[in-house]
Amino acid sequence: MTVRATVAELVREFRANGRIVIVGASLAGLRAAEALRGEGFTGSLTIIGDEPYEPYDRPPLSKQVLKGWVPADHTKLPRLREVNAQWRLGVTATGLDRAAKQVRLADGEHIPYDRLLIATGTRARQWPNPDEAALDGVYTIRSRDDAAQLQKALAAPPSRVMVIGAGFIGSEVASVCRELDLPVTVVERGSAPLVGALGGVIAEIAAEMQRDHGVDLRCGLGVSSLEGDSGGHVRRAHLSDGTTVEADVVVASLGSIRNVEWLEGAGLASGFWGVGCDAGGRAFDVNGVVTDSIYVAGDVARAPHVLYEYQFLAMEHWDNAVFGAEVAAHNMVNLEPLYRPHLLLPGFWSGQFGVNIKSVGVPPFADEIVFTQGSVKERHFAAAYGRRGRIVAAVTFDHGKWLEHYGNLIERSGPFPPPPPGWDQPPDMKPMPAEFPQPGVPTAIPDVVLTGHDPSERRAEFRPRPR
Amino acid sequence: MGVQADRIDRKKEGSLVVEETPWQQALRYANRANPYPFYEELRKTPVARQPDGTYVVSTYREVVALLHDPRVSSDPRKCPVPVAAQDEGSAEPVAEPIREALTEPTIITCDPPEHDRDRRMMTPHFVGPPQSPHLISDLEPEIRRIVDGLLDSMQGKTRIDAVDEFAYPLPVTVICKILGVPLEDEPRFHSWIETALDALDFGPEAASEEIQSRQAGGRQAVQEFGQFAAELLDRYAQQPGPGMLSAMVNDDGPEGRMSKGVLASNALLLIFAGHETTVNLIAHSVLTLLRHPEALEKLRRRPELIVPGVEELLRFESSVQFWHTRSAVEDIDIAGTTIPKGAPIFLAYGSANRDPKRFVNPDELDLERRDNQHLGFSQGIHFCFGAPLARLEVQVAVGEFVRRVENPRLVEDPPPYRHNQIFRGPRHVLVDIDGIRD
Repeated sequence: MTVRATVAELVREFRANGRIVIVGASLAGLRAAEALRGEGFTGSLTIIGDEPYEPYDRPPLSKQVLKGWVPADHTKLPRLREVNAQWRLGVTATGLDRAAKQVRLADGEHIPYDRLLIATGTRARQWPNPDEAALDGVYTIRSRDDAAQLQKALAAPPSRVMVIGAGFIGSEVASVCRELDLPVTVVERGSAPLVGALGGVIAEIAAEMQRDHGVDLRCGLGVSSLEGDSGGHVRRAHLSDGTTVEADVVVASLGSIRNVEWLEGAGLASGFWGVGCDAGGRAFDVNGVVTDSIYVAGDVARAPHVLYEYQFLAMEHWDNAVFGAEVAAHNMVNLEPLYRPHLLLPGFWSGQFGVNIKSVGVPPFADEIVFTQGSVKERHFAAAYGRRGRIVAAVTFDHGKWLEHYGNLIERSGPFPPPPPGWDQPPDMKPMPAEFPQPGVPTAIPDVVLTGHDPSERRAEFRPRPR
Repeated sequence: MGVQADRIDRKKEGSLVVEETPWQQALRYANRANPYPFYEELRKTPVARQPDGTYVVSTYREVVALLHDPRVSSDPRKCPVPVAAQDEGSAEPVAEPIREALTEPTIITCDPPEHDRDRRMMTPHFVGPPQSPHLISDLEPEIRRIVDGLLDSMQGKTRIDAVDEFAYPLPVTVICKILGVPLEDEPRFHSWIETALDALDFGPEAASEEIQSRQAGGRQAVQEFGQFAAELLDRYAQQPGPGMLSAMVNDDGPEGRMSKGVLASNALLLIFAGHETTVNLIAHSVLTLLRHPEALEKLRRRPELIVPGVEELLRFESSVQFWHTRSAVEDIDIAGTTIPKGAPIFLAYGSANRDPKRFVNPDELDLERRDNQHLGFSQGIHFCFGAPLARLEVQVAVGEFVRRVENPRLVEDPPPYRHNQIFRGPRHVLVDIDGIRD
């Protein structure tokens, strides 16, 4: 038998009888499982998830579910095909033994794998003071249960809601509160809402939008402490300017933390920004060597992107989970030259204060912004982001149908400012500084981040040579 | 345009042959039943300048790019006369009575911000999530009742016309109900529409005596139709009634009301586009399935395939073959050519939907086609306003036809076609049947 034939036989054998384990039972995990079956993988498939639920859709949690339109348990993700997997739900993966090729579970079990997909995503960053975080009435939103509880609290109704952090989740919560006619105070450490994701120019518009809808928005401030009553329920928040706000529901929307702790000691390139992998989803080890059996997809993945100077891009986006999972699944059951790259143009959407906000590209990569279509005053507009004369991102407010156009320009590294439209031109089409904040403010961390060129995020460290 | 504008084509083996462009040939009535070989030829030049200065875009990628390009206008007022038509001396006007007879723009023939505002004002009364998310889906029982009635009345027949007896009555009944147009006015507006559509021609036959003689009649039909819509709106302004037109006349949204002229134009558009394209899709679907017995059998076995199936049928035979009101507001570089500022642009959906660079085996009907992002409803801001209604109507109608009609056989293939090139569809589809199941 030739080597080539032997390898082909191995691939066939693996597709028929191999063992694949997926850690993470949310969007990326489910779509990867479906894609694996779609690729003809008939071996054993195990899906491990720390939540007790079948995969569900998270975007509605901070919108329709909080409003009370959709019950939290009606968010199950549609199944695209039969996956015929062993589901290990409600049990956390606690460790990875790469030498033995096993995933350790919290219940002590070891699950062996031939190929592993890491799709553990992120979790909500909790309010940093554990005693205050434990007060009744203090919430974060990431899971179905979080949303169900907060929805109940909002329906009560509370006398005032305090939202800490005006990123997308915080802004969406504030929007829901106003739709429910609840008084809401938003405290944001940065200069304005969404400043980390979209820069200061757009953030100012977001701030006006909040204030127009009756949000008590306070920017450039932090919350120093939360105070509870004798019953252990939160009553007020003390702000860094010395003022206090009475509130009986507090939502801490402080961004997310990648779920990588379970990989400690496994020798993979895992860190603050997730697990480094190549553009095909293959994980790097801590030395920047690509592995053959471990893949990464979804929020927890960071991979180099050709459009952004090959910096490692970390994206907490829905379509990144879907397409990243499909590419990883394909590559798990194929060999070179059949590998596929996952080179998604980042994109996201948000709904708040009656406006549909959408974006393509990586806005924080930009230094300038220009309004290109529509009217800022009426909050129907498109704006393009540029860096050194080329377009790198775009954002729309109720103008999402035009994103395809901007996406095309970005993919072709089109000029910035882009050619003006033939109609519906904004009054001022001069590029201006995009005003992104200096990195470091947690709530100002965008949901798509360029995380440098180092696959492992390892800092250089001097060690004397052993003798 | 016409014979004098035909170009000299040197492609044929080096000899000089005066030949019509593939686009002109595709537009000839003789090729209405099967324009696809000409589209295939046309796609060799994705953006093809025609003798009259129009740029015809026939490939998927380029059509999509221009649908999303803000340098393309949909407003014919921004493109008064094809520039090149003048310098080539082909003074014959494109036969287009509808555009001439309407004084105010419709949402399909204007640009933002006008377009966005008008469409925003119309949407809540029709598909309108989040305001009225069930409006369309709540119509399903009514649609089923109508379809059942149409099929019931075929009991005992051995030959039916799938157009007159099936494809036409459903959409027209439904759109009248939604809009609040009295069904007894149907014969009148049906005749206006037929007259106007028969007078509309973009091909070499536009210069023919026959088409020229239809021009005046076409213009008059559109004027009368517009008058009819305006009077209907006036009646609803005095005495509110059921349906979308009355609501649009009487309800003040956050952005106020449309002017009367704009309302009348759009009312006409809704009445016309609200059924004409659906009729053609149902007729083409029946025709196409009878031409593909294995697909028909598959659909009979797996009725749930009607949902992706309707998308594929619309890709396969697009109800709107192309759209003709767009023009370049600036020079646009695309596919190795430059569409000059002011040039009319025709986007050929029917060809883009058969583009082999986008669709695997595009000339095969595959009810389970994956990644079927066809252009049957267009894309971008002018995406078909009525798409959710059309989908529901055609899914129910074609699904029930397949389920209930016993042993349907095509009598005539190809069937006779209607004259119109944009709204392409068979005039009749005669089908022999063995009976109607319960």
